[in-house]
Amino acid sequence: MTALAQQTELEVRLAEFGKRHPKIDPKDLIDVVEAIMTTADGDLSSVNLKLYAEIEQLAVYIQRAREEIACLRPDEITAEHLPVAGEELEAVVGATEQATNTIMESVETIEGLTDQMPREVSEQVVDAVTQVYEACGFQDITGQRIKKVVSTLTQIEEKVHALLGAFGQDGQIDAAKAKATKAEKPKEEAAPPTDADLLNGPQMAENAISQEDIDALLASFD
Amino acid sequence: MSAVDMNMPILIVDDYKTMLRIIRNLLKQLGFDNVDEATDGSMALQKLRDKSYSLVISDWNMEPMSGLQLLKEVRADGQLSGLPFVMITAESKTENVVAAKQAGVTNYIVKPFNAATLKTKLSAVIGNF
Repeated sequence: MTALAQQTELEVRLAEFGKRHPKIDPKDLIDVVEAIMTTADGDLSSVNLKLYAEIEQLAVYIQRAREEIACLRPDEITAEHLPVAGEELEAVVGATEQATNTIMESVETIEGLTDQMPREVSEQVVDAVTQVYEACGFQDITGQRIKKVVSTLTQIEEKVHALLGAFGQDGQIDAAKAKATKAEKPKEEAAPPTDADLLNGPQMAENAISQEDIDALLASFD
Repeated sequence: MSAVDMNMPILIVDDYKTMLRIIRNLLKQLGFDNVDEATDGSMALQKLRDKSYSLVISDWNMEPMSGLQLLKEVRADGQLSGLPFVMITAESKTENVVAAKQAGVTNYIVKPFNAATLKTKLSAVIGNF
């Protein structure tokens, strides 16, 4: 409805009101309506102000959350911690598989010799060998469990990545890192590594040095 | 005297070579020497179509074709549909067993298993030996 049409309709209604209630001056009615509108206008403004304040608080909260997430260095989680954890677990599978095959080979050799044993001894050895075969099934079970864990880690990695995207962390990570680094106690360049620094656990084959390398290194101190 | 042909050709299917080795050795202890191996469902299906087997013992969790898919392919194949099919798997949820049964599995062994269980289940499938 246009403003002109609205005005016309109001005038018609006021005229009808005047006819039905001749004792009431339409001017008084207009004053009352104006007073109500003024009050309502005031109320609407206060609601708006409250709403603005809430939104502002929300914005501050989101900003703080972004900063906190940035300080947690989620980029390190996706770029370093999770892939390393996955590799470590895959190395566990590889190592157990290798060890299991070695055990199996040895036991198969023992089983092959049972023909040369007295019957009673042979039966006992075969029973023991069977138990070893059965126990070696652990490699399959643990392998499957570890695969599931690796798959979960991959999913977490994807979620963290998505979270970073949602919070628009890409540009903020460096700033937060710099801030966090500043806050950290600066390390002296020549300070020797602590025990904790040296506890890295078994290394991946490509990162490890051989026994020969170690011998050579030790010899170099002589 | 056993009516079971101890020289029956058996196909074992598992993507873990260690498990293939374990099953092969346990079957050997039970007296079954004629054993072939496949490392996934597709390879197994090809072998089953190339050679006549009397029994399939298969893992479930394999890629690209799982043991369940292999079972369905076997049951859908006119030449192979009657082949005894034993599933050996770590999948031990009721829904897995139900799905395997509905797909036509002959017997189901949960990992980890022992030689006695293998013998009992095989006896139930091919007769006492």
